[in-house]
Amino acid sequence: MFTGILDGIFNGLSVGSVLLLAALGLAIVFGLMGVINMAHGELMMLGAYTTFVVQNGFKQLGAPWTQFYIFFAVIAAFLVAALVGLALERGVIRYLYGRPLETLLATWGVSLILQQFVRSVNWVLVIGLILFCLLFFGGLWIVKRRPDFERIRNWAIAILLPLSAAISFAVGSVLSKTYKLAVTKPWFGAQNVDVTAPKWLLGGLPIGNYQLPYTRMFIMVLTVLCVLGIYFFLNKTPWGLRIRSVTQNRNMSACLGIPTQKVDALTFALGSGLAGIAGCAVSLLGSVGPNTGQNYIVNTFMVVVVGGVGKLVGTIVGAMAIGITDYIVGTGILAQLFAPIPPLANFFTFFATTSMAKVMVFFLIVVFLQFRPAGLFPQKGRTVDA
Amino acid sequence: MTRQFGRRKFLLYGSATLGTSILLKACASSTTSSSGTASPAAESPAAESPAAASGDTIKVGVLHSLSGTMAISEKSVVDSTMLAIDEINKAGGVGGKQIEAVQEDGASDWPTFAEKAKKLIEEDKVVVIFGCWTSASRKAVLPVFEEKNHMLFYPVQYEGQECSKNIFYTGAAPNQQIEPSVDWLLKEKGKDFYLVGSDYVFPRTANTIIKAQLQAKGGKTVGEDYLPLGSTEVTPIIAKIRSALPNGGVIYNTLNGDSNVAFFKQLQGAGLTADKYPVMSVSIAEEEVKAIGTEFLKGQYAAWNYFMTVDSPENKKYVEAFKAKYGDDRVTNDPMEAGYISVNLWKQAVEKAGDPGTPTDLEKVRTAVYGQEFAAPEGPVTMKPNHHISKTVRIGEVRDDGLFEIVYETPKPVDPIPWNQYVAETKGFTCDWTKTGVDNPGKFKS
Repeated sequence: MFTGILDGIFNGLSVGSVLLLAALGLAIVFGLMGVINMAHGELMMLGAYTTFVVQNGFKQLGAPWTQFYIFFAVIAAFLVAALVGLALERGVIRYLYGRPLETLLATWGVSLILQQFVRSVNWVLVIGLILFCLLFFGGLWIVKRRPDFERIRNWAIAILLPLSAAISFAVGSVLSKTYKLAVTKPWFGAQNVDVTAPKWLLGGLPIGNYQLPYTRMFIMVLTVLCVLGIYFFLNKTPWGLRIRSVTQNRNMSACLGIPTQKVDALTFALGSGLAGIAGCAVSLLGSVGPNTGQNYIVNTFMVVVVGGVGKLVGTIVGAMAIGITDYIVGTGILAQLFAPIPPLANFFTFFATTSMAKVMVFFLIVVFLQFRPAGLFPQKGRTVDA
Repeated sequence: MTRQFGRRKFLLYGSATLGTSILLKACASSTTSSSGTASPAAESPAAESPAAASGDTIKVGVLHSLSGTMAISEKSVVDSTMLAIDEINKAGGVGGKQIEAVQEDGASDWPTFAEKAKKLIEEDKVVVIFGCWTSASRKAVLPVFEEKNHMLFYPVQYEGQECSKNIFYTGAAPNQQIEPSVDWLLKEKGKDFYLVGSDYVFPRTANTIIKAQLQAKGGKTVGEDYLPLGSTEVTPIIAKIRSALPNGGVIYNTLNGDSNVAFFKQLQGAGLTADKYPVMSVSIAEEEVKAIGTEFLKGQYAAWNYFMTVDSPENKKYVEAFKAKYGDDRVTNDPMEAGYISVNLWKQAVEKAGDPGTPTDLEKVRTAVYGQEFAAPEGPVTMKPNHHISKTVRIGEVRDDGLFEIVYETPKPVDPIPWNQYVAETKGFTCDWTKTGVDNPGKFKS
């Protein structure tokens, strides 16, 4: 019985910690910056794919290294996702601050682009893209140095854009004609790819009849580390202070000389990087494919909204609450508990399948939000938007 | 200042000319080569190629998801279907005519499937369509095919309980996959079953059938659970399996797609191993094994009609042709093979009927399909008047290289039964589209 309870607590917490890790990045991007980032799931997916690439790279290195790829994968996933996030912020989102609907649509578009990108990415595409960027932005940079740049700006773009597109397209088609399959073969393809945890993470710690999976423990440790890291960063470093001040009052911070644009970019990159780490972690549990991110996006938003936008502690409590409720309802523990009262027991047995448990959890969340629309830990103070 | 200006201008104009010339060159080269790839079959006799392009072809539709969730599985069926079409074209086509395949993307979205089916029939005027994977997409296109009285070849194993005049089912009916595998499990692995499935029509119907069958044969269903499609949180299910089957038992898995990966990875982490908890899957084939990872699946079972390891000259030829066309690392699986069978059965029927029909009149071809036999990679198959084909049933065990060791196969092909005889609502019903004198030849009491 004791091990049963222990197992229940552990499982509930582990379901919650996966939710938390996935939602942590969003808690920063959505919670602190107010950006509805629909591409958050795809940043996770990029993290998962990075794990796949690192894993394969370490397989080449030989025996001792293959066992430790996961640590490097976590770091690489963070960096890759953060860089993509940075590009996304600089390229798209910074033009859309304060316009939530447009941000939502734009980031959703980005998420579709990223999904299709990992499906069809190959050498031709990458070379073509790099060439295009070099030609177009390089060309713009050269033209920009002219004194009469403002006057010829539109004209320059009208010429440069088709020209560099045509050149990179031509180079691409020449490459694919010359090298055939070697350059046109997709790197990953539409298929799911196989990420396998290192040997020491397979299996679990046996306790009586039960077994605590090592991968779950690894994810819980990783989650704790991430939360501590974020807490330390936001509260103890100068950049964390700037992020918090920009969150609270953007105009005042700008007046006091805080580079708000830099802070925005940094915050977004940080949130994206956390999504990358989450992607690396979930690749140990589930599948890695172009749709990986979509499986998590709804849950992550749910966690942040329940927890209260703008508060990290809300996200933590929200994730754990949802995870444990989901587990308790889904396994039918409640049905056993209410066994003496048949109608209640029947009611909970009905909800004791995984898909019905989801229904129950969503229903509870809807009811909860009726009474606490701002979530568990609402932001207080005059600066909060009404 | 002036010097600098001139150099810039020179650079700009120079790169412009260079770019334009490269573009022109690329365009020129691409036009010549694209005409070469468009009709590879007609390359050697050059005089034939204009004739083949100017209407002396048979247009067929290939309708699968090339994007979205299902692209993972459906793309390879398209590859196999195209292989069959290419082979037929290289061998001289159907009755001397080349087949021209029009591919459409159903985008894993069921209304899109219906739209694209309409487009293929009305605009492209195809005479047959090969396509669909999920039961949901098939149910979505069914009204279109019935309205237009058109023809679809459906290549995937499914839950049965359907028999349309306009669909030919080349995948397994439940009695050609699920029922024999349950019998085998009862005999070899134990009587206690836990049923796990994705939450949509196929797993739910399949589990109804399994439960009725277990009841009839002395087995026991100790629990069943459904995951939303795409969900990867399987911790509650594993906890329930462990409490329902503390001493081990059979897990019957009808999960589809990504959930399988999470399920097997976490099953292994929780210590539910194949020797105590054998899992029988009906949606895991060679491609999925590769994506999930062999170390998680070793020793688990799958029930299909075809495995890549089937030992026959036809299969050897098929696998070699497929690898030659798409690369050495590719694998073949059951739905791909069914797609390959579809094209060949249709080709034989067209040859028997004498002409491929027109989009509005396919009656002759349809009746010609009945009784067509084909030496498929899985063994001989025959199209029955109930629009399903007889198939050999096999059970495979995952081995180290990710392929299946065949541990059981039926001695001869099993005849299809679309209306399930274990389920009360359809007990006693049969389907026979050659039958006259009944109200609905698709479902009548025999």
